[in-house]
Amino acid sequence: MNDVKVPVGAKAPSPEEVALLKKFLTDTTLFLGPDPEIMRRHDLMPRTEDEEASIKKISDVHTVAKLRDRIQAGCDEGYEMVEQMGAAPGAKWGDVITGVYTASGDLSIASAGGVLIFSTLVHHPIKFIIKNWMNDPTVGVREGDGFIHNDSRYGNVHNTDQSMIIPVFWEGKLVCWVASTVHEGENGAIEPGGMPSMAETSFDEGLKMSPFRVVENYEIKRDILTFLQNSVREPKLQYEDMKVKLYACLRIKQRVEEVLRNEGPDALVSTLRLSMENVKAEVTRRISEWPDMSVRTYIIQDSTLRENCVVKMNCKLTKTGDKLVFDFRGSSPEFTNRATNTVLAGLKGMIAQMFLCYVWPDLPRGQAAFAPIEVITDPHSIVDCSYAAPNSQSLMSIFTGFTCAQHAVAKFLYSCPEKYTKVHAPTFNMINTFIWGGVSQHGETLGNLCADLNGMGHGARADKDGEHALAPIFATMADIGEQELNEEEVPFLQLVSKKMTRDAVAPGKYRGGQGYTMMVATKDSEQWGFMTVCQGAKIPPLQGLFGGYSCGAYPLCKVKGVDVYEVLENEPHKFKHSIEEIMNEQPFEGASYTTHHMGMGFEISKRGELFMISQGAGAGYGDLLERDPAGVIRDIEEGLISHAVAERLYQVKFDSTTLAINHDATRAARDAERKARIARGKPFAQFVKEWNQPKPPAHLPYFGCWGDDVGTLYVGGPDTARSANDPKPNYMRNPKDVRIDELEARLEKLGALGDEKQ
Amino acid sequence: MKVLMTEYLRIDLDAEQWECRVCNHVVGPATKSYKEGMLVYNRDPREIHPPIIDPEKYRFTFSPDPEWVRILEYYCPHCGTQVETEYAIPGHPPLYDMEVDLPALRAQWSTREEVKEPVAGPEVVLGAGHSGH
Repeated sequence: MNDVKVPVGAKAPSPEEVALLKKFLTDTTLFLGPDPEIMRRHDLMPRTEDEEASIKKISDVHTVAKLRDRIQAGCDEGYEMVEQMGAAPGAKWGDVITGVYTASGDLSIASAGGVLIFSTLVHHPIKFIIKNWMNDPTVGVREGDGFIHNDSRYGNVHNTDQSMIIPVFWEGKLVCWVASTVHEGENGAIEPGGMPSMAETSFDEGLKMSPFRVVENYEIKRDILTFLQNSVREPKLQYEDMKVKLYACLRIKQRVEEVLRNEGPDALVSTLRLSMENVKAEVTRRISEWPDMSVRTYIIQDSTLRENCVVKMNCKLTKTGDKLVFDFRGSSPEFTNRATNTVLAGLKGMIAQMFLCYVWPDLPRGQAAFAPIEVITDPHSIVDCSYAAPNSQSLMSIFTGFTCAQHAVAKFLYSCPEKYTKVHAPTFNMINTFIWGGVSQHGETLGNLCADLNGMGHGARADKDGEHALAPIFATMADIGEQELNEEEVPFLQLVSKKMTRDAVAPGKYRGGQGYTMMVATKDSEQWGFMTVCQGAKIPPLQGLFGGYSCGAYPLCKVKGVDVYEVLENEPHKFKHSIEEIMNEQPFEGASYTTHHMGMGFEISKRGELFMISQGAGAGYGDLLERDPAGVIRDIEEGLISHAVAERLYQVKFDSTTLAINHDATRAARDAERKARIARGKPFAQFVKEWNQPKPPAHLPYFGCWGDDVGTLYVGGPDTARSANDPKPNYMRNPKDVRIDELEARLEKLGALGDEKQ
Repeated sequence: MKVLMTEYLRIDLDAEQWECRVCNHVVGPATKSYKEGMLVYNRDPREIHPPIIDPEKYRFTFSPDPEWVRILEYYCPHCGTQVETEYAIPGHPPLYDMEVDLPALRAQWSTREEVKEPVAGPEVVLGAGHSGH
């Protein structure tokens, strides 16, 4: 060997060599994993020659608007079909969507109802199919085909959502795609219900379907179906909803074909393309009306669902001219063995949904509204995780990312003379509900959730209170469902449901919409359990707006060693209907009463044991001393707040029996409180001198940047940091091992470990 | 020309100052954070979000953990209005939350009428969709 290094100038390859190299790599690709070219792009595909030609023939705005509405009506019809016929609880209460995509794969028109983020992500798997299967002789795309998909790394929120995708041909030519997506729930993961918080690798997350054909000649292939059924806990659900989604797609296809027959393919192609381009242009115009400004905010996640820690979601939103950039750099590094990460596309889809549901709901729903907006992230961060990191609980990061966006956007909107919705404080963002699973009273194996996750409290608005338990942030027209219907199929009861949790409020001049209490207890099965998958038991997951407060914290409470059904039968007076009374009064002798953070891994429950949580409140708006005293009294009358909270926080003076307001005393109390604020508040410069620390506090397990230095990310505490541009894995220890170490240390201190060999 | 920037703050484009909309107090230069002209109070979150279940008995009580999060309350030093809150990790520097590009704001409003009353924005109601078809 010649060990003398001779510098050799790099020779630029010729175009022929580049083409040859590309062909070689294409022909010999070992594994078609998620394609960064597809997955990192959310802009519209370039106009095709076909689109160009069609637009030259048909571009009349009235024709386009008419046809768009017809296609939209077709999508809505498909949506209704899925909602009415779907077996998954998510489907029944609106966690579904349908859409029509261009031949290049862009989402042009989605159904008016449903979860927009689903369909804004399905363009990724469609583009995967176009790029990889269309011309592959072993696969191909033909009339009558249907493709299934769920793996979030190929374009999805999380693997519990499944899509059916069908191509639409006209006279032998592909003209568009139709897709339907449902939050199915069960998917064969290590915990029932499809959203495991215990997943430590992507292989714990159940079915991982890259896009593949499961339908031929409009029929589901039985062999593949059987494989899928055999991979999940609910074979009936898997079959039923695949059929439902397929037939919804076929109905939309029928409506598209009516347009093709009556108006011709040019009209369809032109409508799909121009609808997107017009929305993109309008969004650019609307952004240009905002003030040029940078708004900074952060939301704190307080757990990975396995352990409590401080996880920063950092956001700087900058608008310059007609350009809008979300900069999430500085957010926590990914957790390589925790499920709360999201792929970048999931974050983008959620912010796209924020704009179309909360800022510009008048715009046609599709992918185009987010197309001109940019997103910057750190690689291998909690908002842009690596291929290996699990993301079955990505909701934790996409929802807190959503809240960052919602909080920042409100500060841009306030000064705009033209608005399309009311300026409002952040909506509650955690899925405070019970996920459940096991064997039902009918002997069926089930795994799914209560639709109460759809009952998130709405943020207060610039001129009125937030609505209670209004809708989930991911679907403004979803429903919380009828628990009684659910109880026909599952072996537990919600003994208390839809009762507002008193004093769990987000105060302000206008208060946030409140959340309600849920108490569940298993009744008719010995193989049944629950899990909860939320953050926010130590740190509120919201920020208030313009002086309003966030919601508080929400724990999980358990009562064990009791059968409440026996209590209800024999001593019904002992049963109480609020968490406050049950936990404070402890009415069941001999029972244990405990509190926990909201990341409860799947836990088998015995008959009559109580699991109790509350839905959350949206954030408050404005200074609470400006709240109309009559509104405060109304809150008391409606059971939202106690007398003590009304008096102490809102400084309202009233007769405790009649609730008659003493306006003079109220005015005096509020004036006194304003003076007290001036007396206790410190000038900013003095305050920061005492308050600011150069690093995160030593007592907190902290993840993310500190202050504005987004180049340095802390990984667990003040002494462990890395460059944001130098991604590394971030493994957490098993919380039980951590606890064992703590207890062993205590034993050792007491000299109680003896001579145990190590 | 003055621009209403938040529920309680406006910017005087000519004087380049943040002003309190409640008492007209001049808060400070609009080239800097309005927070620099505010009084700040480090609030124990349990005072705003009181425990619903007994803190003597339970670890988690519906109150945020005061060792994990604090509420920074920003008051107008003249009238005591609570202009903003910030749920902050203990010791985390307060955010420069609204960094305004003043020349751009001035240029933008040079073609607009002054807005003196806030525009709340429309309700989202049935039948107010995009198409009207």
